[in-house]
Amino acid sequence: MRDIEVDKIIEAVKNLCMDANYYLNKDIRQAMEKGLSAEQSPIGTEVLEKLLLNAALAAEKKVAICQDTGMAVVFVTMGQEVHISGGSLADAINEGVRRGYKEGYLRKSVVGDPIERINTGDNTPAVIHYDIVPGDVFKLELAPKGFGSENMSALKMLKPSDGIEGVKDFILETVDKAGPNPCPPIVVGVGIGGTMEKASLLAKRALLRPIDKRSGIEYVRKLEAEMLEKINTLGIGPAGLGGTNTALAVNVETYPTHIAGLPVAININCHVTRHAEVSL
Amino acid sequence: MHHNIAAPFDRETVKSFNAGDTVSLSGIIYTARDAAHKKMIELLKENKPLPFDIKNQTIYYVGPCPSREGEVIGSAGPTTSYRMDAYAPTLIELGQTGMIGKGLRGENVISAMKQFGAVYFGAIGGAGALMAECIKSQEIIAFPELGAEAVRRLEVENLPLTVIIDCNGSNLYETGKAKYRKIK
Repeated sequence: MRDIEVDKIIEAVKNLCMDANYYLNKDIRQAMEKGLSAEQSPIGTEVLEKLLLNAALAAEKKVAICQDTGMAVVFVTMGQEVHISGGSLADAINEGVRRGYKEGYLRKSVVGDPIERINTGDNTPAVIHYDIVPGDVFKLELAPKGFGSENMSALKMLKPSDGIEGVKDFILETVDKAGPNPCPPIVVGVGIGGTMEKASLLAKRALLRPIDKRSGIEYVRKLEAEMLEKINTLGIGPAGLGGTNTALAVNVETYPTHIAGLPVAININCHVTRHAEVSL
Repeated sequence: MHHNIAAPFDRETVKSFNAGDTVSLSGIIYTARDAAHKKMIELLKENKPLPFDIKNQTIYYVGPCPSREGEVIGSAGPTTSYRMDAYAPTLIELGQTGMIGKGLRGENVISAMKQFGAVYFGAIGGAGALMAECIKSQEIIAFPELGAEAVRRLEVENLPLTVIIDCNGSNLYETGKAKYRKIK
C-alpha cells in the first residue's frame, strides 16, 4: 500500500490549473505551425499568426492564453494499492482548483446551480472522473474546459444500420453547424459505442490524447484521417473567417456497445485544448 | 479596407463599414455578457435607467480574467455572441451602434442591425492575452456581484477587429467560408 497525502494532491492540482492555462501544449503548437504553412486564406494565415503570438505572450507573462479558463475537468487514475491520507480526495482536488484559480489570476467561471446561476467565486466544484486500476499509480490529468467549444458538442443515438457512414455524417454536420463559435482551428473528440454517458466520456477522453498520436485501431485511424481532411474542406477556417484550417485533429475512441445501439458523442475543443498532467 | 475608429461612434459611421474590413478601435467601450444583458433588459422593463447611456456605444462581449498586480486587466478575448441574441435587438433599437464578439448571430439581431444601423465586429477568439494589451483602463460600473461578468467601462487603444456583419447584412462568416468550401 502506498500512501499519498492530500496536501501533495492540493499542490499538484493547483500547479496543473496554472500550467494548463498559461502554456499551449507542444503538440498543438506544432500543429498550428504546420497549419500556418499550409493555410490558403490570407486572413486565416493572419489569425493563426496572432494565435501563436498570443500563446507566446501568455507563456512569457504567465497569464491565461484565453480568458475562458474553463470548468476544471479532472481525470484521476488511481491504483488499488494507493491510500489517500489526511482527508477526502475530492475535497483535495477542489481545494487545488480553488487555489490554482485564485493564485493564478484565472477567471472564475462556475455557477453553483444551473438555473439559479450564482457564481461560486472560486471556480469549484471541478468535474471529477475516477479510474481505478491495478498497481500503485496515481495520475492526475486536468483539462479545463471552455464553454465556447463545449456548447457546440453533441450526442446522437444512431441506429446500427447507420453504420460508419452515419458516424461520419454526424461528425461533419456537428462541426459545420458549430462554424466559428468554438474558436477554430478546433480539436474534435469523438466517442463511439458504450452507452449514452460512456460515449460522452469517451469523447472527452479522446481530447486528452496528444494530437500527434493516432488511434491503434486501423479503421479508427482511417476514420480520423478522413474526417480531418473532410472537415478542412468545409471552409470555416481560423476564427471562422474562411480558410483551410478548421480542425487540427480528430481523435476517436471506441468501446463495446449494445446489439441495438450505436451511440456517438462529439466533444469539441478550441485551439487551446488545455491539458496538463502529473503522476505522484 | 482598414478604418481607424474612435468609440463611441454614431449610426452614420456604421454605414462606412463593410463586412471584411479591418478596424482599429480606440476610445471608450463597455463590457457585458449574458448575465449583465439580462439585468439591463430587466432594468428597462422596470423603466429604470441603464448603467450607461447606450446611444452610440459599443459593447464588448467579454468576461476578463483578474489582473495581476501592476497590470490593467487579465486576458480579455471575446465570448460567443449568440448568447446575447435575445437581448441585443432591444439595445440596438435604443441606439447601441457596435457589438464585439465572436461567432454566429441570429436573424433577429441582423434585422435590427439593418433597421436601426449597427455593426458586428469580430475579435479573435482565444487571443485573450493579445487583446488585453490594447486595454488601457478598466472600471466596474455596474453589477459587481457578477464578478467576471460585471459591466466594465474600458478605455481601449487600437483594438484589432474585423467587420463580420455590416448594416446591410453582409456576413464575412458566410462569404469567407464559401470561398474555401470544397464540399457541399
